[in-house]
Amino acid sequence: MSASKTIKSLIGLLGAVLTFAPAAAMAGYELNLHPGVTKISHEIYDLHMLVLWIVTIVGILVFGVMIYSIINHRKSKGVTPATFHESTTVEVIWTVIPFVILVAIAVPATKTLLQMSDMSNPDINIKVVGWQWKWEYDYLDNGVHYFSNLADSSVKASELGSGADVYKVDHYLREVDHPMVVPVGKKVRLLITGADVIHSWWVPKLGVKHDAIPGHVNESWFRADKVGTYRGQCAELCGKGHGFMPIVVKVVSEADYQSWLGEQKKAAMAAAQSTNKVFTKDELMKHGEKVYNSSCAACHQPNGKGLPGVFPALAGSKTVDGPIEGHLHTVVFGRPGTAMQAFGKQLSAVDIAAVVTYERNSFGNHMGDMAQPSDVVAVEKQNSK
Amino acid sequence: MSEQKYYLPEPSYWPLVGSIGLFTTVFGFAHALEYGNGGVGNLTMMYIGLAIIAFMMFGWFGTVIRESEGGKYNAQVDTTFRMAMMWFIFSEVMFFAAFFGALFYARQLSVPWLGGADPVTHQYLWPKFSAGWPLLHTPDPSKYAAPKDVIDAAGIPLLNTIILLSSSVTVTLAHHALKANKRGALTFWLLITVILGFTFLGFQAHEYIEAYTELNLKLTSGIYGTTFFMLTGFHGLHVTIGATMLTIMLLRVLKGHFKPDHHFAFEAASWYWHFVDVVWVGLFIFVYWL
Amino acid sequence: MSDHHHPTGIKRWLFTTNHKDIGTLYLWFSFIMLLMGGSMAMVIRAELYEPGLQFVNPNFFNMMTTLHGLIMVFGAIMPATVGLANWCIPMMIGAPDMALPRMNNWSFWILPFAAFMLVSPMFMGGHFMAGQGPNFGWTFYEPLSGQYGKLAFFIFAIHLLGISSIMGSINIIATILNMRAPGMTLMKMPMFVWTWLITAFLLIAVMPVLAGAVTMMLTDKYFGTAFFEAAGGGDPVLFQHVFWFFGHPEVYIMILPAFGIVSQIIPTFSRKKLFGYASMVYATAAIAFLSFIVWAHHMFVVGMPVAGELYFMYATVMISVPTAVKVFNWTATMWRGSMTFEVPMLWAVAFVFLFTIGGFTGLMLGVAPADFQYTDTYFVVAHFHYVLVTGALFAIIGGVYYWLPKWTGHMYNETLSKTHFWLSVISVNVLFFPQHFLGLEGMPRRIPDYSPMFADWNRISSLGGFVFGASQLLFLFIVIKTIRGGEKATDQVWEGAEGLEWTVPSPAPYHTFETAPEVK
Ligand code: HEA
Ligand code: HEA
Ligand code: CUA
Ligand SMILES: [Cu+2]
Repeated sequence: MSASKTIKSLIGLLGAVLTFAPAAAMAGYELNLHPGVTKISHEIYDLHMLVLWIVTIVGILVFGVMIYSIINHRKSKGVTPATFHESTTVEVIWTVIPFVILVAIAVPATKTLLQMSDMSNPDINIKVVGWQWKWEYDYLDNGVHYFSNLADSSVKASELGSGADVYKVDHYLREVDHPMVVPVGKKVRLLITGADVIHSWWVPKLGVKHDAIPGHVNESWFRADKVGTYRGQCAELCGKGHGFMPIVVKVVSEADYQSWLGEQKKAAMAAAQSTNKVFTKDELMKHGEKVYNSSCAACHQPNGKGLPGVFPALAGSKTVDGPIEGHLHTVVFGRPGTAMQAFGKQLSAVDIAAVVTYERNSFGNHMGDMAQPSDVVAVEKQNSK
Repeated sequence: MSEQKYYLPEPSYWPLVGSIGLFTTVFGFAHALEYGNGGVGNLTMMYIGLAIIAFMMFGWFGTVIRESEGGKYNAQVDTTFRMAMMWFIFSEVMFFAAFFGALFYARQLSVPWLGGADPVTHQYLWPKFSAGWPLLHTPDPSKYAAPKDVIDAAGIPLLNTIILLSSSVTVTLAHHALKANKRGALTFWLLITVILGFTFLGFQAHEYIEAYTELNLKLTSGIYGTTFFMLTGFHGLHVTIGATMLTIMLLRVLKGHFKPDHHFAFEAASWYWHFVDVVWVGLFIFVYWL
Repeated sequence: MSDHHHPTGIKRWLFTTNHKDIGTLYLWFSFIMLLMGGSMAMVIRAELYEPGLQFVNPNFFNMMTTLHGLIMVFGAIMPATVGLANWCIPMMIGAPDMALPRMNNWSFWILPFAAFMLVSPMFMGGHFMAGQGPNFGWTFYEPLSGQYGKLAFFIFAIHLLGISSIMGSINIIATILNMRAPGMTLMKMPMFVWTWLITAFLLIAVMPVLAGAVTMMLTDKYFGTAFFEAAGGGDPVLFQHVFWFFGHPEVYIMILPAFGIVSQIIPTFSRKKLFGYASMVYATAAIAFLSFIVWAHHMFVVGMPVAGELYFMYATVMISVPTAVKVFNWTATMWRGSMTFEVPMLWAVAFVFLFTIGGFTGLMLGVAPADFQYTDTYFVVAHFHYVLVTGALFAIIGGVYYWLPKWTGHMYNETLSKTHFWLSVISVNVLFFPQHFLGLEGMPRRIPDYSPMFADWNRISSLGGFVFGASQLLFLFIVIKTIRGGEKATDQVWEGAEGLEWTVPSPAPYHTFETAPEVK
């Protein structure tokens, strides 16, 4: 943080306070809501500007009267105080005027709200599930299904004391490994719910924000007018990873969308097949580290030491250094009543086998053994009875 | 009665004793809940805290009774007490309102939504669940085992309604007797009220045992059991408090306290009793009957 | 009375039944809490000074945000207004003391224990820096709060706070309704007394609901009930309804006494009667009434049925009408007055300007479709700091300057306190105004780290925050200095001051109005 940056900031602020417009033109100093790329987001923007202008004008009038009075009605100017202290006419007038203004605001607001809640005739339906701390997307019409995690580059740089220059990280904290992909101009209906606690799916430029409530499903929709990548973040405090579960939506042409769908389906098939494969320990360790960093490190920490008193350490843990079945069981089914989730629902058998192998042979744990995807499937079967 | 000036008490250590008692109670309880019943804070600590609170109540109310019987309170002080008691009861009403609110929310909104009034929630999360009240099957039976049946309003609850309503009448009769300075009638009606109160509690306990052992209706049987036990349980707690207050009034009557024109404590206890009664009528209608 | 023996030293404060002593206790408690909550805000601002995590881990950050909010609301603002009520109401209505002096003591002495319950989990077992205190936001939404490991301590802390507030409010209502001097009719009461009467009513109505909410949390977590569990037929959103049924009136509980303070100060320094006294009273009552029926404007994005959204939007924006009446009345009071700008007046005028800005953003938030974009962003943070810091806190500070000479018998140091004012009023805008921009740009609240796109305004905000924080240390210094000495204050203190409290000596004697004054 250089001194010149500080000075630049202060000048920026001065600019903003003196005049809105010139400051807005200065690079890097966004001031206002973005109109966005959907009809709804435009309407919201217009509504925002309408109310902003109303309060600015009312503000100028009220503050103007006050400032005039403060300047002129001073004892030091020899003013003797007037004695009036009520006037029914005036009081009625200034009760009625705000009321009228409010009605004028309520009319367009009602219109927009009704449009927002019109869920009819969707082209695409996606189920969105908020997890601590990632998003799950389930394309209900064509079976594509995956998790969307914070991008690796951000995970590393956002560690406490990482020393990384976050300015150099691409879209720091606003990039994911697998974005949501949707075609342009189509009505996308979202069915939003939460898996553990409440999250909120928010992409400002699409004009969508809706809470993901465990046990209940909320509906929302958007129709993007422009191809592009739109970013947002989880907007409801959901625990320690709340700042680290961004949302990225890629709006693409219909053709690109179709080919993306095709790729997804192929990848899913390949993953299903690999459940029967036997991996080498090196393969498992390498893949396991990746899985660990995206799914486990947030709590157990990248060094496996956990956070004392909050999240248990894996280094030297009883479960990790115990029988492998128990370890698999914990990862697959979680520990109900704690923050330890049932990863069986989120990760593939390969992922789980890999991450368990990784945990047993890292952070100073030297179990030497490994798990294969088939072991994971066995644990899952054995306990689902 | 005699003093002209508003009575201002001397500095007192009872409030601080009360704070220490409250703190000991809740700290012990919290500790026991979080860490199991061991270590510095545990249920023993909670019991000690409750004992301190009881000690404080005796000390504090004892002082007030002495001051009152010693004629230190003028009519204005009496008015203060009346207002304080009324607003206290109002705060209790609002406490129950929160739980009644939860009941109405569950019955009118969340249960129907889960059962299909909110089609997407039903379809994607709870396709097997159908709404109904009383709720004899929960959305996820593996987490909340539903009750086999619920308490029939026409049985004990109806009887308890009659008991509690009668006790409201008897406490009023006692009050009239007090105002007419008929000490015998006063003692009699008050005694009857207290007996009715404890009878009510006995029936309530019986009903709880039946619910747990025969109907599988428990605190843990989903939102029906939740609202049922929380509402009736808090009400039962208040009946216990009210009946205890009336018992103390009875003891004071036997000691010759209260005059026809000066008996605020008695009135406060009887207001409280009426309040408990009114809450019960709400419970009977919305929890048991409808 | 006054010839009786009174304990001295620590016992005086522990056992006191005197409204002035208890008022002093409340005020010091709240000051200490302001410093504590403020220090936490400094940690927040330091961490947010730059993108990237520099000082604390995310869990600790969440704990700072949570405790900052809770301590400021329940520890700093509310006790400060209760302290002012204790000091001023009996003197303003000509009463010898509060109606229930022993209970008054109890209301206060529960608070330190409650505060201890709230923060003690921070230090229980394990590392301090792991952040084991409450970490789920001051609104403690379920089910997140249900995951917290030491929830029971938090729950009982809230219960204790509730007991304290309810008893305090009962006392205030009884005092106002029953202890007024002969001739002090309701419509002659100073505005501050009126606002507190209505605030006390709000408190008694909503604190039990909050107690109900935390009780439901308790049984859900430890006894298997299903209030907030869809699997058992409940709903996590139910928690929010119950919480905000308390929470929205709560924000008016913090602002109404502030309105009262400002309505005392402005007429004094305008040398003119408060304009529209009766409409002020009605407006206050209207605000209180409306505050019960707007709660779900905090929940526009939880997925309510659209009819609910519409209703709560209409009801919410309606609150602007009675609030507008208040702002216009203050303006009309100043109009053609003969104003001077002593320090209390400076704070009061700053209040009117800056609270109004906060109110304007409140109106913007109340417009439901727009709130879809604003909610849970720094735009909301900016809104509520304008109404709470430059609203409630500014009025309280103004009130302290206004009555300090009456309490201590000394005038404050003019130069220092003007410096305090100007430093504060400038830095507070540097602190909170840019947060509007951050919110509109898309920065969520309650995040410990952010994208570099938000870096510039955050840096400015933090710089403003450090200056504003440091200025409050100056305030502490001024208050202590005034207590210790300074120019003697007259009984009337301010040329334009009217009301019974200005008829007694400065400093006000230990007992005032043992025989009631006659009010014409
Ligand atoms: C002192 C506290 C205080 C006060 C007084 C207010 C006042 C108001 N608040 Fe605010 N509010 C909070 C404290 C307060 N608020 C807090 C703490 C939160 C966040 C809680 C959390 O989530 O942590 C919050 C959040 C909050 C939200 C939810 C935002 C969100 O999370 O999405 C909303 C939405 O409607 C809202 C609205 C309003 C409105 C309409 C007013 C109105 O009362 C304002 C009325 C005043 C005016 C309008 C100005 C004066 C009027 C005129 C000069 C006349 C001209 C008028 C017209 C143009 C009609 N507030
Ligand atoms: C009720 C009153 C109140 C008051 C007075 C304040 C005062 C301040 N608040 Fe806060 N605030 C809330 C109520 C309040 N706040 C609430 C309810 C929330 C929401 C919490 C939640 O989301 O759950 C919140 C949240 C909140 C956030 C958002 C956090 C987040 O979303 O993660 C921020 C961030 O800037 C912030 C900043 C500040 C600052 C800088 C001050 C300053 O005004 C503080 C100034 C005072 C001091 C600093 C103390 C005096 C000085 C010292 C003790 C010496 C140390 C000083 C230095 C080292 C300079 N507050
Ligand atoms: Cu998920 Cu915040
Ligand atoms: Cu509100």
